Amino acid sequence: MAEPIIVIEGLKKSFGKLEVLRGIDLTVHKGEVVVIIGPSGSGKSTLLRCINFLEKPTAGRVLFKGEEVGQRQVGGRLVPLPEKVLDQQRARMGMVFQRFNLFPHMTALENVIEAPIRVRRMPRAEAEELGLRLLRRVGLADKAGQYPNFLSGGQQQRVAIARALAMEPDVMLFDEPTSALDPELVGEVLQVMQDLANDGMTMVVVTHEMGFAREVGDRVLFMDGGLIVEEGPPEQIFGEPRHPRTREFLSKVLH
Amino acid sequence: MLFEGLGVTLKLTVISAFFGTLLGLLAALARISRNPLLTVPAAVYVNLFRGTPLLLQLLFIYNALPQVGILIPAFEAAVLGYSLNAGAYIAEIIRAAIQSIDRGQMEAARSLGMSYGLAMRRIILPQTYRRLLPPMVNEMSALTKDTSLASTISILEVMKYSMQFVSRTNLVWQTFVWTAVLYLVVTMSLSALASRLEKKLEARG
Repeated sequence: MAEPIIVIEGLKKSFGKLEVLRGIDLTVHKGEVVVIIGPSGSGKSTLLRCINFLEKPTAGRVLFKGEEVGQRQVGGRLVPLPEKVLDQQRARMGMVFQRFNLFPHMTALENVIEAPIRVRRMPRAEAEELGLRLLRRVGLADKAGQYPNFLSGGQQQRVAIARALAMEPDVMLFDEPTSALDPELVGEVLQVMQDLANDGMTMVVVTHEMGFAREVGDRVLFMDGGLIVEEGPPEQIFGEPRHPRTREFLSKVLH
Repeated sequence: MLFEGLGVTLKLTVISAFFGTLLGLLAALARISRNPLLTVPAAVYVNLFRGTPLLLQLLFIYNALPQVGILIPAFEAAVLGYSLNAGAYIAEIIRAAIQSIDRGQMEAARSLGMSYGLAMRRIILPQTYRRLLPPMVNEMSALTKDTSLASTISILEVMKYSMQFVSRTNLVWQTFVWTAVLYLVVTMSLSALASRLEKKLEARG
């Protein structure tokens, strides 16, 4: 088996009294596409956001290439890592958000090259070359000079993917990347994601797109109530789900 | 006559606006930080200067501080008073503008490995400029008018000249009308400048 990129052990997350994640164990290997499905409120997005420490786990740990992310366990206590270390960890994990979160005061190209220039200290000319190459890869070379407000949702999300790729991440995290899109724009984003997967990118994808999960996922996780209820290859999860809750969920979303 | 005072009024306004904005930005950043060593002093500062009369603040700096050995010349005292006062209001303006930016912007920036400071400087603050413009113009025009209170601490600005002229000539009506016109010219040029700037910022869509 390929080297593990992300290892999650006994991960728990509570918001006040509400326990959103109740003990998650998961390993994602290099080149693997893991798709997380489940009803809303099951903790899928929170799990994803714990991986790059946008949410602070309450217990357990997340290892990224063998390093604890964001905090360290020292004698049963969780001690935050220096911000600099966390920044470096995040720089190697790309994240794509449901609401795109492009920077509205920057053009598509500026969105893509900002972090390479400021964080990776790449010379501007080199960053622009990289940026244009990535925009071409997501089919938006002609929109480089456009501000996000003048782009469709699908185009914005593709720019956001290019922006994340510009940091040359070891893993890409997708948080319901097509949920905010008009139905006719979903396909273009999924296509870009499928191309990425074919190129061997390690991906963790939270989605409601069952077609994508089935065709692109190497492994599908079904989450409910803050736990991974069932996991397996897509043929098994969609073909012969074992857990009654998986069956119930799939019968609702697949017609 | 009045024009001599105008020079002082403008100088006082511009210098206080500069320091007030700097102070306001620092106080706003301190207030939204998570460090109580920053948030508490910033909150005390803002509430103190917004919650007491400006006139009292000026008199305190000019008349009370010398009694404990802190002697500040009139103009410097006025600059200090106006900067501190404007800074408190500007802090709230900037804080509100920063907090009105979608949380996802900071998350996106941090997820790319940007530090908090870098994200604030390159991603969050630039997005506040357009929203800051109207309340800042308001604040600047308030500051312009408030400098008239400096007449009470013996600063020879427009208002002081105007009052001196009245007591010498008894031309109450004429003098005060022209004084009002002078202030109006300044505040309205400020608004005109601002709306031109606003159009320029809007061009980006």
